[in-house]
Amino acid sequence: MLEVQNLSKSYGPKLAVNQISFSARKGEILGFLGPNGAGKTTTMRMITGYLPPSRGQVVVDGISMHRAPIEAKRRIGYLPELPPLYPELSVRDYLMFVARLKKIPGSQRKPAVDRAIERAALGEQRGRIIGRLSKGYRQRVGIAQAILNEPPLLILDEPTAGLDPRQILETRKLVRSLAGEHTIILSTHILAEAATTCERVIIINQGQLVAVDTPENLTHRIKPTETVQVEVRAPAEAAAAALRALPEVAAVAVLGQHNEATRLQVEARSAAAREAIARALVGAGWGVRELRPLELTLEEIFLSLTGSPAAAAGESSLSASAPAGEGGSAAKSNEGGA
Amino acid sequence: MSGLWAIIRKEWKSYFVTPAAYVVLALFAVIAGFFFYSMLAYYVMSSMGGGMFGGGGNLDIHSMLLQPLFFDIGITLLFLLPMVTMRLYAEENRSGTMELLKTAPVRRMEVVLGKFLAALGLLLVLLLFVFGYVLVIWHYAHPHPGWAALGGAFLGLLLLGSVYLSLGLFISSLTRSQVVAGVSTFSVFLLLWVADWVTAYDNGGFAHIIAYLSLTTHLTNFVQGVLDLKDVVYYLSLIFAGLFLTARRMELAE
Repeated sequence: MLEVQNLSKSYGPKLAVNQISFSARKGEILGFLGPNGAGKTTTMRMITGYLPPSRGQVVVDGISMHRAPIEAKRRIGYLPELPPLYPELSVRDYLMFVARLKKIPGSQRKPAVDRAIERAALGEQRGRIIGRLSKGYRQRVGIAQAILNEPPLLILDEPTAGLDPRQILETRKLVRSLAGEHTIILSTHILAEAATTCERVIIINQGQLVAVDTPENLTHRIKPTETVQVEVRAPAEAAAAALRALPEVAAVAVLGQHNEATRLQVEARSAAAREAIARALVGAGWGVRELRPLELTLEEIFLSLTGSPAAAAGESSLSASAPAGEGGSAAKSNEGGA
Repeated sequence: MSGLWAIIRKEWKSYFVTPAAYVVLALFAVIAGFFFYSMLAYYVMSSMGGGMFGGGGNLDIHSMLLQPLFFDIGITLLFLLPMVTMRLYAEENRSGTMELLKTAPVRRMEVVLGKFLAALGLLLVLLLFVFGYVLVIWHYAHPHPGWAALGGAFLGLLLLGSVYLSLGLFISSLTRSQVVAGVSTFSVFLLLWVADWVTAYDNGGFAHIIAYLSLTTHLTNFVQGVLDLKDVVYYLSLIFAGLFLTARRMELAE
């Protein structure tokens, strides 16, 4: 559906995007992940034909953006970071204009506009002046504009930026409902968004492609072992010693003790190790209160792939990655980076 | 070409759902009306005075009334048209709608021409006001003023206005700021308008080249009813240069 080959963009001596290559299959949602200033927007602008690449090429549905820009652009719907709206027009007038601009034939224009209004849930707002709409509605008008001509490829640049939590959920739902018929590439700097919405994730940093994979595979790639957190009613030393004795266990760390329970973090060599751990603890007559695997969050994957010092710390030491599973990862990475 | 039509329609809609076009039209009507009334009153007074002393009320209506009127209309356009062109691209650059235009399946030239033609439509409405004044004169003046001279003058104003629009469009495409676009456009026009002053104190070849660039020199012939290919070529080449440069500008990165 989309082939991006060795795409580079330089502004003077500065290389904003460096040799990025990837492809997107039909109907998949591809997340474009990176910190602000990583080159996400520049890459998207080259894919949509807004910026000419310095080197490399973009092929949409077998059509080269460089050789046949008009044909290639017909197949793309694009929502830029800032929705491209004319505040003086009404929603309907604006969408009719875009329909003409996208060369939708006369008889199909009105149905196309009505359908886009319906899918973006803008029915009540169709007659209102865009300049008077709230930010969430403007974003929807931007999405309606992008899907107007049912393009096979949808490019959404930070579709949830600046929206309130409810609007974010609605927008994600809308994006997921569009998948299947459209190939969607969406950029974000929020990792949870990529993890929940996207089938595959592309991570870029400082203009370089760092990784392309599913969120699960990325987790596995960085951390082939499994971390398990255990809370058991037992003396700390005894419990740790018992677990270290197991062949499936690579390392054990004591996280803390309160009342008579001990919290431990266990680095296991395989997922099956959890059963062995449970058996060992129960067999020793201790009460197991909790036993759960800790998954790497995308934050950690991201930091480790982009080589930040916080990530290195989180990966090498057991205790540092402990709070991650409890949702404290953002705070932790801030500390690590500071 | 449907992209071209889409742009023209949208531009006109934008003109008339905001006060911009109404303000330009109304102010132009006031200013041009004042010019017309003052000149007509002065002309009538002069010819009555001439008649009283036996001159015969036969002052040349072309040189005494119409030619100065057309020149003043040219100056009024010089002031007002930058207000029309300054936002055409600067606003799209600023608000991000340029991303829509550049990623839509339309040619750059369709966008440029669409904006130019929409503004040209507004210019035609302005000239229609002037045509109304001329009709009044034509009705009451005996003998009637010559149609050839009037036609030439309107063609000249149309070409002059198109030069303003095309150059204004290009200047607007260079910036995100309407103020920068407006001030630069106005300054360029003013310089082009007065460029022929150099021949007043300098007779060298360079001075003649600069004088040739003056918008005024070329308007003079049209207003006098002299249709010189040289003047038409001058205006047309400025118009094409402006449109071409704007299209080129759109292709370049920000």
